[in-house]
Amino acid sequence: MTALYFVTLAILVAAAFLIGRHRAQSLIAGGAPSLHSLPSYHGMLPMAAVLVAMLLTFVIGSNIVARYAQSSSLAMLGAETVADPLKRSAGFRDIQNIAIGKHSGDVPMLLKEAAEQFASASTFGNWMVYGLGTLLGLFAMGYFISRISPVYRARNIFETFILVVMGICATVAILTTIGIVFSVLFETYRFFFDPSLKGRPTVSQFLFGTEWNPQAALRADQGDIKTAFGFVPLLTGTLLITAIAMIVAGPLGLFSAIYLAEYATPRFRAWVKPILEVLAGIPTVVLGFFAALTVAPLIRGWGEAYGLSVASESALAAGLVMGMMIIPFISSLSDDVINSVPQSLRDGAYALGATKSETIKNVILPAALPGIVSAFMLAISRAIGETMIVVMAAGLAANLTANPLEAVTTITVQIKTILVGDQEFDSAKTLAAFALGFVLFVVTLILNIIALQVVRRYREQYD
Amino acid sequence: MTDIAGADAPVLRLDMTSDAAKRRIRKRYAAEARFKAYGLAALAVTTLFVGALVFDIIRNGIPAFTQHSLTMDVAVPDDLVPTATRSDPLAIRGADYFPVTRDALKAAIPGIESRRGERTLVRLLSTGAPDVLRDRLVADPSLIGKTVKVPLLLSDDADLYFKASSTSIVKRGGIGTATPSGTTGEITILTSSNDFAAEVVTIKQAAKAKADALAIEAARLTTFGGQSVAQRVTEINAEIAELKARFDSPKIEEILDAKLPSKLVEINGGLVKLTKITDVSVTGEVLLPLASAADAKPGDWKVVTYTTAESNRKVSDQEVAFLERFREKGMVDRHFNTLFFTSGDSREPELAGIRGALIGSLLTLFVTLVLCLPIGVLAAVYLEEFATKNRITDLIEVNINNLAAVPSIVFGLLGLAVFLNFFNFPRSAPLVGGLVLALLVLPTIIIASRAALKAVPPSIKEAALGVGASHQQAVFHHVLPLAMPGIMTGTIIGMAHALGETAPLLMIGMVAFIVDVPTALTDAATVLPVQIYLWSDLPEVAFKLKTAGAIMVHLSQKEV
Amino acid sequence: MDMSQQTLTPEKAVTQQVPTSAKVVARDVNVYYGEKHALKDVSINIPDKSVTAFIGPSGCGKSTFLRCINRMNDTIPSCRVKGTITIDAQDIYDPALDVVQLRARVGMVFQKPNPFPKSIYENVAYGPRIHGMSRSKADLDQIVESSLRKASLWEEVKNRLQESGTALSGGQQQRLCIARAIAVSPDIILMDEPCSALDPIATAKIEELIDELSQNFCIIIVTHSMQQAARVSKRTAFFHLGLLLEEGETNEMFTNPTNEKTQAYITGRFG
Repeated sequence: MTALYFVTLAILVAAAFLIGRHRAQSLIAGGAPSLHSLPSYHGMLPMAAVLVAMLLTFVIGSNIVARYAQSSSLAMLGAETVADPLKRSAGFRDIQNIAIGKHSGDVPMLLKEAAEQFASASTFGNWMVYGLGTLLGLFAMGYFISRISPVYRARNIFETFILVVMGICATVAILTTIGIVFSVLFETYRFFFDPSLKGRPTVSQFLFGTEWNPQAALRADQGDIKTAFGFVPLLTGTLLITAIAMIVAGPLGLFSAIYLAEYATPRFRAWVKPILEVLAGIPTVVLGFFAALTVAPLIRGWGEAYGLSVASESALAAGLVMGMMIIPFISSLSDDVINSVPQSLRDGAYALGATKSETIKNVILPAALPGIVSAFMLAISRAIGETMIVVMAAGLAANLTANPLEAVTTITVQIKTILVGDQEFDSAKTLAAFALGFVLFVVTLILNIIALQVVRRYREQYD
Repeated sequence: MTDIAGADAPVLRLDMTSDAAKRRIRKRYAAEARFKAYGLAALAVTTLFVGALVFDIIRNGIPAFTQHSLTMDVAVPDDLVPTATRSDPLAIRGADYFPVTRDALKAAIPGIESRRGERTLVRLLSTGAPDVLRDRLVADPSLIGKTVKVPLLLSDDADLYFKASSTSIVKRGGIGTATPSGTTGEITILTSSNDFAAEVVTIKQAAKAKADALAIEAARLTTFGGQSVAQRVTEINAEIAELKARFDSPKIEEILDAKLPSKLVEINGGLVKLTKITDVSVTGEVLLPLASAADAKPGDWKVVTYTTAESNRKVSDQEVAFLERFREKGMVDRHFNTLFFTSGDSREPELAGIRGALIGSLLTLFVTLVLCLPIGVLAAVYLEEFATKNRITDLIEVNINNLAAVPSIVFGLLGLAVFLNFFNFPRSAPLVGGLVLALLVLPTIIIASRAALKAVPPSIKEAALGVGASHQQAVFHHVLPLAMPGIMTGTIIGMAHALGETAPLLMIGMVAFIVDVPTALTDAATVLPVQIYLWSDLPEVAFKLKTAGAIMVHLSQKEV
Repeated sequence: MDMSQQTLTPEKAVTQQVPTSAKVVARDVNVYYGEKHALKDVSINIPDKSVTAFIGPSGCGKSTFLRCINRMNDTIPSCRVKGTITIDAQDIYDPALDVVQLRARVGMVFQKPNPFPKSIYENVAYGPRIHGMSRSKADLDQIVESSLRKASLWEEVKNRLQESGTALSGGQQQRLCIARAIAVSPDIILMDEPCSALDPIATAKIEELIDELSQNFCIIIVTHSMQQAARVSKRTAFFHLGLLLEEGETNEMFTNPTNEKTQAYITGRFG
């Protein structure tokens, strides 16, 4: 059905262009005074019209059809099923499976009828969409082709259309942000304030609680599981790993940048830069694998050799590898910043008889400081938001500790743990993940905005 | 302020010749060298890390590209598939191949009667081993009833045994004449010489060393005193007494447990695993049946040691015995692991492949590219060339820069809440994955495209406008083509980023265990990095190698 | 003065050519930027405690030569210098010579004012500090004050020494850079078109300052302005296409040039 629709769309689009252009060309051949727009614009205008009409019809139409088919088939299963979200989704999955013939085993009569209803509603609806779409497409084509004349300003109208399309594209980024904000904000609001939600914490319990255990008691006999949504251990865990990462990456990244920018010969740079780029390009899942299977056992072995007890998923291992991930980030940003310090400042210091390192320490670094600070802030923001390394190398236990040899958990690990696998959308546990996502978004956003603002000022100062 | 005329003030001359000045300059140069060394050291550490990472991945990953099979003569019974249905491939596919391969194994090592031995033997083969035979028979039904030579895939543990050689095997000839008491089950072997004296001495010395250590511990504890300590000391003393009894009388029998290197005797074509040992006689369990219970002359039988203790390896002595026997017979065959590239995921490491994940990645990236390239370029063109600078475009610009730094997992939350729960898109589908990744890399592409557009000299556009082109014609005909190389670089960087992205895809359910290779954008699928994550989480060592192998494929793919 | 004469006695050629004492002596200096031959066989004697101006059209090599005198060209990787330059008879391209100490003796002021993004005080104090010229805060204060006074900037900034050096006006910034250069009490001050980025009033102040400083320092100034050369310098050297075409007393050269190119240039027929 979908395929047929798009084949028709393609045919109509091609037809609209060819007919439109041909009409315009025959006007020229017929000795008309010069056309305002080129023939191809007379072709592209109806083409765009067909495309927009048919695509819109498809997107809106098939959505309506899907919703109608779902609700009408579910209605046949009784009001009780419709009311309960769990049963509803299970019932609908059955219906879909039966309808496409994937369901095995005996099928109750009721379900079978519902599936038939679903199938017939879908089929009917889809044909309706097809008919409507084709009709609208033909109409749009006919309208714009009928307007073709030597004075018709096809190019201007088409260019306005393109301008609108470009404007819409530019707002996609805004829409994404709005989408993020609303999706996390809405669920976060429900997490704290929805009265029908069992086990929801208050805002202060969340912000200042020191215990994190999102496991909800699913059955009555599991009543002794204590649910707690205290955010503090996640925050300290995240900050601990971030701090380790920055301790590793800060000096290494900065000194690498200084050496590459100020000391390295072009040949040396050409050799070393790609190494940093390789490191920057390694997917974090690979680094996570390395952290979990190589670095963590290594640290554990060393620790035991000195009589220290090291958790097999220590914060240190995750932090170290995360630091390595951030090195190229810090070094490339700092490198840019250092390079944008004007040469005249260096000359000024050299002319006074300063050595290279004195010039760097006393003149270049202070001048580049705002840029370097913002590079560090962006790096921290990245470390806080990094997921795969900590998922694979840090633990799940929400320990409140500052010992890097113990296992800690982070915000991202908890989001991933709660949301991966089957989850119902109305439990406090699921919503907690969105609340965590909200915190993560806000924290990183603040860091980013400040950092970008600082960089902007810095750029303006030397441009 | 008193009038100290600047020019007349006593001038502090720069002193460069005194010893203090020389010391000072030496210090400054030392600081210079130190500072430079820090920079080099930072780069060296980073390089070292990259090297260690790459080396570690390659070391682990290389074995994933090969596999071991047993090449065996398999007698296919005539009644496996009834003659009437042999023309139907489905009937041949549906036949039960397990007994066929089991019988072939038993024929290869005759004389295994115990159920345990048999089970161990059968488990050496992968559950997917008969597939080769099945495919052979489907292709040529006339082979049914004949004996076919086929490579049967080994299980992951057996495969690893050959790859990692988890124990070394030491053999030495027997000095005396050995007399076994039977051919199967538990037997005793007597020897005419002190063949096992060395082993017995080693074990007894170890016992003595342990007793000495315990004695020191007991002495240390007694200095503390107290009830619980006294009890512990009593226990230790009892243990010491027991050990003392063993090492005091050299004739007493020693027991070999799984914590010691395994000792075996190879005799009359069979293999016996020793459990009890004295200088001149050993008792043990037959792993490979003996041909006869006849005496073996000196040099005709051997004492075998598996130097790694049984408790320290994944394969048991029995399995090692079988595998070594197969190796001696030249049946073990090492070959390139084609399954790794041609099959989907599997619970069995030796059958698992990355094809499903590769195709999943491809489909997902296709969606990403189709969405974010046109949208990104058009947005960049709009912002750079057409938008009037006002609050809204300013907001868009700030917004794009910030979006580029939002953690990827937050995009996963967006996908989950908006695409799955609000729009009811299918879970685990490349379509949704591609959508989420498109939003994720869109800022990267817009920023790169804008930079590329900005780099085109304005004179080009002015020239086009000068000959009467419209603003859009000037941009699309002249500016955009010149900016295209920069835009493409940005797009490639964005795509590489999307290819390695894992976290947001976990959120939208692309972590399911999916065996089938996806064929459509709405099929349940996974992608390569997620596959790496899934495999790395599994306990089997073989999956660790697979993960590293998949990473090698992944990285090489990214390099391209 | 005695010192320099003593040290110069072995250099017979030098004493013969220059009746007065020569602070800087260059012999057959050639400079290459990669393949480009930027300076060809330049030989010159520059006297102490006076102003010497280098003039010539753009790209003639005058700035290149200036940067050879404190070895600033070392910071350009592709640059090679051949020939000898001596200061007080000491070869400054001697491998044993410490370039850091050389630059402490030869100060430099650049075309564009380049104060460090630090306070006025720190800008001036930076040089004395790295060279360890002061034992106490009071010493340093004194050096800063006297340097700023010599640069005629003290009265303008004495109440805001802790403000950023970049907040000053262009002319003040350039005087700050001069103060920074003289704070380490160099023997020689090199000035690379110090007034090209300044307005006429600021230029006049700097010129006045140069005149004052010439009582104590050997000043070498590169300028593209003939009037400036005529106003401030005692001697002038004319560079053209990497060659030193003519050199002598400024008055003489401007009234009666021996080289026709010099004449063409100073009368404004090319430049």
